[in-house]
Amino acid sequence: MLNRQDQWRALIATTEGQRLRYAGAICTMSTATLLSMATPVIGMYAIDTIVEQDFSFAHPALYEAMVWLAGGESYATYLWMCAALGVALAGVAGFLMFTAGWLSAIASDDSCRKLRNLMYWRLHTAPVSFFDRSETGDLVQRCSSDVETVREFLHSDVEAMGKALVLLAGTVPILFWRSPSLAWIALCTMPVLLCGSIGFFYVVQKRFQVVDEAEGALTSTMQENLTGIRVVKAFARQEFEIERFGNKNASFRDASLKLSRSMVIYYSSTDLLCFGQVGATLIAAAYFVMHQQLTVGELFLFITLVGIVVWEIRHLGRVLTESGKAMVSLSRIGYIASATDESQAELSSYPRAKGKLQIQGVNLTYIDGLQALTDVDIDIAPGEFVGIVGPPGSGKTTLIRAILRLYPMQEGRILLDGRDISRTDLQWLRAQVGVVLQEPFLFSRTIEANLRVGGDAASHEELVQVATDAAIHKSIESFPDQYRSMVGERGVTLSGGQRQRLAIARALLRDPPILVLDDALSAVDTKTEELILRALRQRRTRRTTIVIAHRISTIRHADRIFVMQKGQVVETGSHSELCVAEGPYQRLAAMQMLVDASGSHRSEEGSHG
Amino acid sequence: MAEPAIGPEDLDTPAIEFDPKMWWRLFQYGLAYPRTLLVILVSATMVGVIDMIFGLLTKFTVDDIQLHGKEADLLQWAILYASAGLVISVSLGTFIWFVNRLRIWVGYDLRQAAFANLQRLSFSYFDRRPVGWLMARLTSDCDRLTRILSWGTLDLIWSVTLMSAIAIAMLALHWQLAVYALSVTPLVAWVTVKFRRRILDAARVVRQTNSQITGTFNESIMGVVTSKAYGREQANLTDFQVLSDKLYSASVRNLRLTAIYVPLTVTIGSAGIAITLALGGSELLAGAILAGTLIAFLSWTRFFFEPIEELSFWFAQMQMAQASAERLFGVIDAQPAIADSESVRERVHQYSEQLPNPSLARDGQPNRIETLEARNLDFWYDPAKPVLRSLNLTINHGESVALVGPTGGGKTTLANILCRFYEPVKGQVLINGEDYRSRSLEWYQSNLSIVLQEAHLFSGTIAENIRYGLLRAAETDIVMAAKLAGAHGFISCMEDGYETQVGEAGSRLSSGQKQLISIARATLAARQIL
Repeated sequence: MLNRQDQWRALIATTEGQRLRYAGAICTMSTATLLSMATPVIGMYAIDTIVEQDFSFAHPALYEAMVWLAGGESYATYLWMCAALGVALAGVAGFLMFTAGWLSAIASDDSCRKLRNLMYWRLHTAPVSFFDRSETGDLVQRCSSDVETVREFLHSDVEAMGKALVLLAGTVPILFWRSPSLAWIALCTMPVLLCGSIGFFYVVQKRFQVVDEAEGALTSTMQENLTGIRVVKAFARQEFEIERFGNKNASFRDASLKLSRSMVIYYSSTDLLCFGQVGATLIAAAYFVMHQQLTVGELFLFITLVGIVVWEIRHLGRVLTESGKAMVSLSRIGYIASATDESQAELSSYPRAKGKLQIQGVNLTYIDGLQALTDVDIDIAPGEFVGIVGPPGSGKTTLIRAILRLYPMQEGRILLDGRDISRTDLQWLRAQVGVVLQEPFLFSRTIEANLRVGGDAASHEELVQVATDAAIHKSIESFPDQYRSMVGERGVTLSGGQRQRLAIARALLRDPPILVLDDALSAVDTKTEELILRALRQRRTRRTTIVIAHRISTIRHADRIFVMQKGQVVETGSHSELCVAEGPYQRLAAMQMLVDASGSHRSEEGSHG
Repeated sequence: MAEPAIGPEDLDTPAIEFDPKMWWRLFQYGLAYPRTLLVILVSATMVGVIDMIFGLLTKFTVDDIQLHGKEADLLQWAILYASAGLVISVSLGTFIWFVNRLRIWVGYDLRQAAFANLQRLSFSYFDRRPVGWLMARLTSDCDRLTRILSWGTLDLIWSVTLMSAIAIAMLALHWQLAVYALSVTPLVAWVTVKFRRRILDAARVVRQTNSQITGTFNESIMGVVTSKAYGREQANLTDFQVLSDKLYSASVRNLRLTAIYVPLTVTIGSAGIAITLALGGSELLAGAILAGTLIAFLSWTRFFFEPIEELSFWFAQMQMAQASAERLFGVIDAQPAIADSESVRERVHQYSEQLPNPSLARDGQPNRIETLEARNLDFWYDPAKPVLRSLNLTINHGESVALVGPTGGGKTTLANILCRFYEPVKGQVLINGEDYRSRSLEWYQSNLSIVLQEAHLFSGTIAENIRYGLLRAAETDIVMAAKLAGAHGFISCMEDGYETQVGEAGSRLSSGQKQLISIARATLAARQIL
């Protein structure tokens, strides 16, 4: 959280480049507001002259103009002239109002566009650990609704505040000019109204928060339920879920009702105050008129102006407290906008690496204190095919993340072609290592666009080639729009295996010196897996390949296999070496053979029975 | 998929035709609260009438002092004004309270109805509808419709009352002047209708672009590792800038339209006031009216145009929200593709009146599943691409059966059909020799434990996730299930053990760990079929 002063500084910083427009908006808006107050004044001159049937009540300038127009004193000309002047002033004020609205729209929207672009960039340059600390929904909210709150504030709230202040600044002198004693009466409740509104919204802010939180809880319950609807159905837990949702739905309802109860108190009490103020002004003005201390026109002026100002002041109280919300949003935005940049531009990049990888004494502990890697030493020669196996949570994926420098390690170093990776440019490093994840992320674009993430300039033939190598070409051909099919919710739904194969094709297109398959064949059947692995071995440029797997079949042909347990490498060797050595690999191999054997045996039984 | 997927682009399309039936349907949800509706009707009418009466009181006060000078009875007017102020404040407070009550309660009812129905619907419904799409129905659509129902109804009553009250008062006091003063009304109405539509259209573009931007932010966070690994930072930003530029121009266009519209109607309105001033002044001069009448006319004319803006706002909102109403009621009314037949429902009902027998299921038939048999199963999503053809399979009680085959061979489909998440296109699945469509769906599915390939966890602790399999399970049962699934090892290594928070959809665990927990969950359920 930023402190008050920094919040204002941050707010002012966002308006950079648009300040001239803001100044223009403020000037035109003030002028428009002042002009709009001239209409009741003209009304006053008109009414007084007519009621008293005496031109000494007319404003000298208006009188001169009438004489010039009608060539003498004419009530009809005078009236029509006042009316026309009123419309003209309203028209000019309207035009200025439009200019102000337009200028502030451009200024505030441009400020927020810059803010959005900045936040988007920060989300791409922040280290991965940044995302572990935050929930996706919360980050998205900071980028969307918080920016919207700030935009709303810059556009409408600032305008509303300025308008109320200018109105007050214009009304007070006019009222005191016509009748100081009545002015005191007409304005007496304004401070109460203003302070009351501010105080009320300050107090009630907590209730707004409660409602927001209840709504957030409701939405995330709904989201979880819908994402996991298959699990809900698999366990026939519909009743349980409806009840769970019902609880959240009811607490959102109750929080909203509680908030609306406070709003009722606020609105009816301030309404009473506002109507009371207008009424008091009317009766007092009538009393003054009765004692010839005020004209009827002045009475009209007083009740019209007070009738406008009270509601603006009440609104001002609300706007001022809303600005508190904008400040909170601003510091929430600041959390992302000021996220540290992981890349250090001054680090050097090199030509394409050969693919020699040395991991020396690496220790890595996550932010939550979980020790994921302990003294890991691995040497991989260029072009070598390496397998890594181990139970879930043994640190296989963490190791890959360390190689990509997605997480900082506390001890040890990793060398690529003999160069310490912590001193190389991140973009270069990541261009050397192509990773395919077990649950690969595909963008909701076309298949082709997803493949091209691996290489923008690739020809269609190259796309087909990598798709064929990854054994996904045939599946793509069977989609209605083939390579132009949309991926994800809006298009074809890909199975887990198809997603993995598409991700492999994407990595192949990139053609990195080091290819890492992080359990990326888990959803692919063994026959297809064999095809893909053979294609990988046959590709012209022999690259270093690291395959993480649970199935022995995936890695049995690897040059060397590393067995990991609890963040450590516990065994090393080829498949045949490891099979004869007593240890976890032997047990795993034996178990998988057994499972394979008994599994196929039983299924035969089943289909015959 | 046979049916086209529903994309976010048709989230916000305006409906072509106005369908009163849809709105009547919505209004019926409001009719569940008849007293609230009645209070709204009465208080809104009161507010409209009293808004007019203030002008009348001003007139009488000014007339009184004009006619009687120092003899005027100011106290009487002060008391009347104060009472009117009190009544209107109370009425305003009342309708704010009741309108919000209506909005909040109907919102609650609609969400509850939609959510409950979603739980009944079959897999095939969710195959074609993205989660985000469904969420929007229960959040923004619901919000929009309840707002129209509550505030729209209120504004309709208030607008009509206020406009007719003012018009009647003006016509009664001086009908010629009234006609002149209100002569600009058609012009205000015309401008309003013209602009309102365009403003709402512009606002729709802003909303659409905004949700695209939100989606892009979401994607960029979900795919952060991929973007980094592929060095896509700059390329993504370039794509994003196109979107944020689009939002900028849409938003400026929207605000510019509003910035023209408001001053324009104010200016036209002030022409009405000017006409009143000039003509009313002449009448005053001629002695036909008193100054109080002129002042009242001036303030009435100023207030008269406000309801036109409000009304047009709600009518346009209703047009725009037509599609929202259709979509939300679509969710509420959707019928599950798979449900108990009439005769099964009848049997369940009959049996529920008898004494429970532990060996019988809720449909009054044997609870124990002796055999599960697939006979001549055919299944396809698309007739051109059959997934299963004349499949036969029998499984006896206590047997373990494994299905193997290449990717896309129909293993998951068969499992889904056996679980009756889908029903066979041809052929039958038999429980104890009887078609499973003649048994209770709820009974059958609550006798299955299923581990899905994609291990979905709910946010909460590990223990809570395992307990999902059997809600009344004790601590020891959970540990036992975890041990059976081979998950106990890594769970006890964690700092908080079983009380570890798994994060949003299990994000703090690796995929292997998630899978083990989902197996433990299924083990705990210990149902007749795993």
